[in-house]
Order: sequence, then C-alpha cells, then structure tokens
Amino acid sequence: MNLHEYQAKQILRSSNINTPRGIAATSADAAVNAANELGGEAWVVKAQIHAGGRGKVGGVKVVKRLDDVRALAELLLGKPLVTNQNAPDGHPVNQVLVEETLPIARELYLSLLVDRETERVAIVASAAGGMDIEEVAHATPEKVLTETCDPLLGVQDFQCRALAFALELTGEAYKDFCRLLPQLYRVFIANDLSLLEINPLVVTVDNRVLPLDCKMSVDDNALYRRKSLAELRDDSQIDAKEAAANAANVNYVALSGSIGCMVNGAGLAMATMDLIQLEGGTPANFLDVGGGATPETVAQGFKIILLDPNVRAVLINIFGGIVRCDVIAEGIIQAVKEVGVKVPVIVRLEGTNAELGRKLLAESGLAILAAVSLTQAAKLAVEKAQ
Amino acid sequence: MSILVNQNTKVICQGFTGKQGSFHSEQAIAYGTKMVGGVTPGKGGQTHLGLPVFNTVRDAVRQTGAQATMIYVPAAFAADSILEAADAGIEVIVCITEGIPVLDMINVKAALRANGAKLIGPNCPGIITSGECKIGIMPGVIHQKGSIGIVSRSGTLTYEAVHQTTRLGLGQSTCVGIGGDPIKGLDFIDCLELFEADPETAAVILVGEIGGSREEEAAEFIRSNMKKPVAAYIAGRTAPKGKRMGHAGAIIAGSAGTADAKIRALEAAGVVVAQSPAGLGEAVQQALAAR
Repeated sequence: MNLHEYQAKQILRSSNINTPRGIAATSADAAVNAANELGGEAWVVKAQIHAGGRGKVGGVKVVKRLDDVRALAELLLGKPLVTNQNAPDGHPVNQVLVEETLPIARELYLSLLVDRETERVAIVASAAGGMDIEEVAHATPEKVLTETCDPLLGVQDFQCRALAFALELTGEAYKDFCRLLPQLYRVFIANDLSLLEINPLVVTVDNRVLPLDCKMSVDDNALYRRKSLAELRDDSQIDAKEAAANAANVNYVALSGSIGCMVNGAGLAMATMDLIQLEGGTPANFLDVGGGATPETVAQGFKIILLDPNVRAVLINIFGGIVRCDVIAEGIIQAVKEVGVKVPVIVRLEGTNAELGRKLLAESGLAILAAVSLTQAAKLAVEKAQ
Repeated sequence: MSILVNQNTKVICQGFTGKQGSFHSEQAIAYGTKMVGGVTPGKGGQTHLGLPVFNTVRDAVRQTGAQATMIYVPAAFAADSILEAADAGIEVIVCITEGIPVLDMINVKAALRANGAKLIGPNCPGIITSGECKIGIMPGVIHQKGSIGIVSRSGTLTYEAVHQTTRLGLGQSTCVGIGGDPIKGLDFIDCLELFEADPETAAVILVGEIGGSREEEAAEFIRSNMKKPVAAYIAGRTAPKGKRMGHAGAIIAGSAGTADAKIRALEAAGVVVAQSPAGLGEAVQQALAAR
C-alpha cells in the first residue's frame, strides 16, 4: 500500500526527522491559508498522487505570489494528473502539499528497501539525486552505493560513515546524514515498510541534509498490525475495479484487453493470460480468486470483471485441488444467474470432481461453454471475444 | 529414495486442531503420510484425529521423534511457529501460511541460516513424494509415482505439471512448491541440487514466474552442475511492469525479472522451455528424448 508524500513526511516528523515545513490542502483557499501560515517569499506547490514524474508535467512548481498559489492549486485540484509513470489515465489530485522552499546546493538519492537477494533491508544511495534511480543504475552502476543491514543489528555507524564519505558529505551535512540513516531504518522497521525512498535528499547551501520528497510503501501483509497506517489508504489512487477487488479479498489487476479472466492461483492466472495472448487474444485483467476459491469469491470475481466495459468474453480456469470442481461449478451457475452475465462464459475445470463439475455446467441450461483442455479454453475465449 | 521426505518421514502438524490443520492432516493421513501428532498450544494431552496433541514442538519431537512439520497457523503467528520448529530440531519445515510480513521472514531466514533446518515456503502448496508422503494442500489424487522431479513457485501451476506428467505416464518422484514470496526457504537451486543427486529422478520440471532473478541463477546452476534433463515454464510473459501479480514476488521492476530474460537464460542452459502451460508434459518428454 502506497502513502502520499504529505503522509510520509508526517511520519518522518513524528519520528523527529527534520523535513521542509509544509501543509496539505484540499482546496485553493486552504492552499493560500497554508502559504500564509508558512510565511516566506516563495512556496512550492506539489500535487499529491501515487505516481512519480510529477515535476515534468507541472505537478510540482515554485511560486512567489499568493495569487499564484491559488491559481496553481485551482489548476491541479480535482483533476487527474498524467505523468510518464501513470499514463494514459493518470491519478486524481485531491490534495496539494504547500511547502517552504529551501536553498539547495546538491541533490542526492536515498532509499531503504527489502532486498530479496541478500534477504535483508538494503540502503541504496547515490550522488545522482532527482533522477530515475533505475536509469542511473543502468547507465552508471558505479554511482549507486548499497549497504545491507544485519536484521539483528540494524544499520551500523560504519555503514553510515561509508555512505556519507562516498557521497562526499562534510561538516554538518555529514553529521546530519549519519544521524538520519539510523532514524530512517527505525521508521522502516516500525512501520513495516517495503520501500522508503527519498529522491531527492538535499544538501542545503548552509550544509544541512533534508528529505525534499518522500515515498513510502507499506507491506500489505503487515497492515493487520499497522492499523493507523491502514487508515491512510486512498482508494481514489487505485483503479475502481482494483478497489472493489481489495474489498472482496481477491487479487485483481486491470489490463486493457477484451477477455476477462478468473483463475485460482497467481501463477496459473498469469499463465492463463499468457495463453490467451499466445492464441491471439488480449486479457482484460489478472484475477486470482485464491487457492481456496469458494462460490462466493467466484460471484465476486464475476461482478468485478463485468465492471470493465471492454470485456467481451469471460474465461474461467480452475484447477480444483482442495476446492472441489462441483462446488465451483455451482458457484459459477449461481453467479451467472444472479449477476446477469451477457457475454459468453468459457469454463475449464480440472482436478477434484472435474467430471461432476462439467456435468453440472452442461445441465444448467445456461450459455456456458465447458472446455476439455486449457488450450481449447483459450482458443474458445479468443474466438468468442472477436 | 526421492528428496527431503519419504514413507518413513515422521510428520507433525502445527495448528493441528484448527480448521485448516485438521482438514489437511486428515488428507495427509489418508494419503499414507506417517503423521505422528500435532501441536496446538493449550491443548496438550488431548487426542485429535487419533493422534496426540502437544503444547510445544519440543514436546512433540521428544515424544514422537518427528522430523518434519507442516504449519497451518495464521500469518500473524507463523514466523514464530517456524522458529519454534527449528529450535526443536525439526529438519524439514513446511509453511503453508500465506501473508507473513516480509520483515518477519527476514528475521526467520537469519535465524535458520544459523540453525540449518530446511524451510519450504511460506505461501506454498507444500511437498509431496508421490505415493509416500504428502505435506501440504495439493490434491493427492493427481499424483502418480514416477521419475519426474518438479519444483515450482506457483501452486496451481504445479498441479498442471503434475496432471500432465501423470497423464503421459511419467509420474513424479517428489514435487516441491517453493512458494511465491520474495523471501522464502528452499529455492530452485537447492531443489535442483537434490534432484540431480536423487537416483529416482530422471528429469526435472521447473516452473517459474516473473520477478527476481532466481530463475536466471537456476539456469546458471543447470548449465554448470546438472546432467539430468530439465524442462521449464515461466508464467507472466504478458504481465505489465510495476504491477504486483498476486504473489508479492511477482513484480517486474525496471528491466529485471521479465519472463523473456528468464526464458532466454534457461534456453541458453539447454533447458526445454514450454511456450504454454499446457505444454509442460511434452516439454519434459522432449528433454528426456534429447538425451
């Protein structure tokens, strides 16, 4: 689950980490009030969305007059902001963050993340701040510095020093950085983050180190013990169908094709999408109803798939292990009747009680096509979606 | 032979008296697994499914000589259950539970490195040696004793591989579902190494998916260390970048972890890669015929 920049900075501040002073606003009036309260001669107005690349499309701007704060807030609020990372639809801007401006000398990159290779929390830093770190890593890998943290010990002072020297920090900036890293590590652990990215981390002209931007992702699996973070979820930043899927506890990812898919198991769901493509069709979504699919989750799955107007056929692929195919067949029949499915439905059932399941579907009197193999199911779906 | 578990492996269940634990323990017993008891804190001394219940894994090991465990406790308590099993001297720990926080798994892996116990999972279907020992949620009925070793990151895709090899009469030696989480126990290479050394395994099927670089590392291992033929399938060729596909591990970050990169690496190592999940059985037949 992603947090907004203003929420992430609030978490930093509550952990005694210095950030630029800023106030989030949901209206142009509130933005002007925020600028007044902050004082100073210039402000930066930042659109709050769950995507990067804001600066290049006018989502982050420095302004010097209160009238311009108002004009910019009015321009941004209530409309989607489309960047190179979230095209074509963009994300709606519901808040702007109004911040004081800082005299910047240098821009660095810093992030903490879960590194699956070393199975540790890794700290990634670079002197090339403000840029896409993946591009930096690709073009100039020697400019990306990494330290990994022993889970028993956390980040150590020698690691902080090594990074600070490599980033050529001196004086107060060196001290700030070496204080900041252990603080960030504690924030990472205490909030069950999977990513904490500060890009850029700035060195001011008076040689202090501050996070100018901050992105946090919380481990979804840990939300049960981070209740206050779970409340920060912003469903406006998620596709409506994906939000409905979250609520129904199924895994759904919207895609742009015409064949709706409902599959049990993430791997098989991906494989089904691949097979549709191999047969010349395009999947409308990824939908995993889970290893323990029930008639209820199948019905929920149908409802979510049919929210997408591009769906011209639905392919259901269930390998019944623990879940019996006859139970799934009953769920499908019930859902097709209830939801009023107007598009062709192709079903492939395999595994426990598959024969019985296929028989139930055939005898239901509904327009459900039962396929005998995975390949045939994909072929049928592609044919019917044309 | 086979790998990791066989008809003599003594198995317990953690979360024994719960709904999941009860159901899958019954299934395991019906399959012929040598279940010797289970653990539910606070219910020690009771009998469940005709087997003794213990308060702690330590008690269970002391009184039954258990060597393997299957864990069906909720995600919030699963990391602790893994550590308890390792501390009690269990050799093979199978954790079915999904949704364990990743920071918990970082701690678990650090502890296991010092302990030496073998962890399978979490978030996995488990392990089965066909006709001998079933530890997990896979449907036993589709398995048939045979010569194909299967290692997979995906649950239901493993069933596809099993189903197809059974239908072709090849059968399976052992199938290991290593799970789809980014931080987990045994990985492809650990299982490939065991299969290479197992006289009952003639060929191996590897089922991978997008994300991470374990398939690429497996390809390198196969190229330099394996004589047995290997077939593979990689799921997620059509997955968009930056989107998590169900499994926390299945996400393409930047240019790393794509299906095409994995397929290229495997093919370069002499692995027969199936284009479709329906082609896994034929791919392993082809790999066997080429030797």
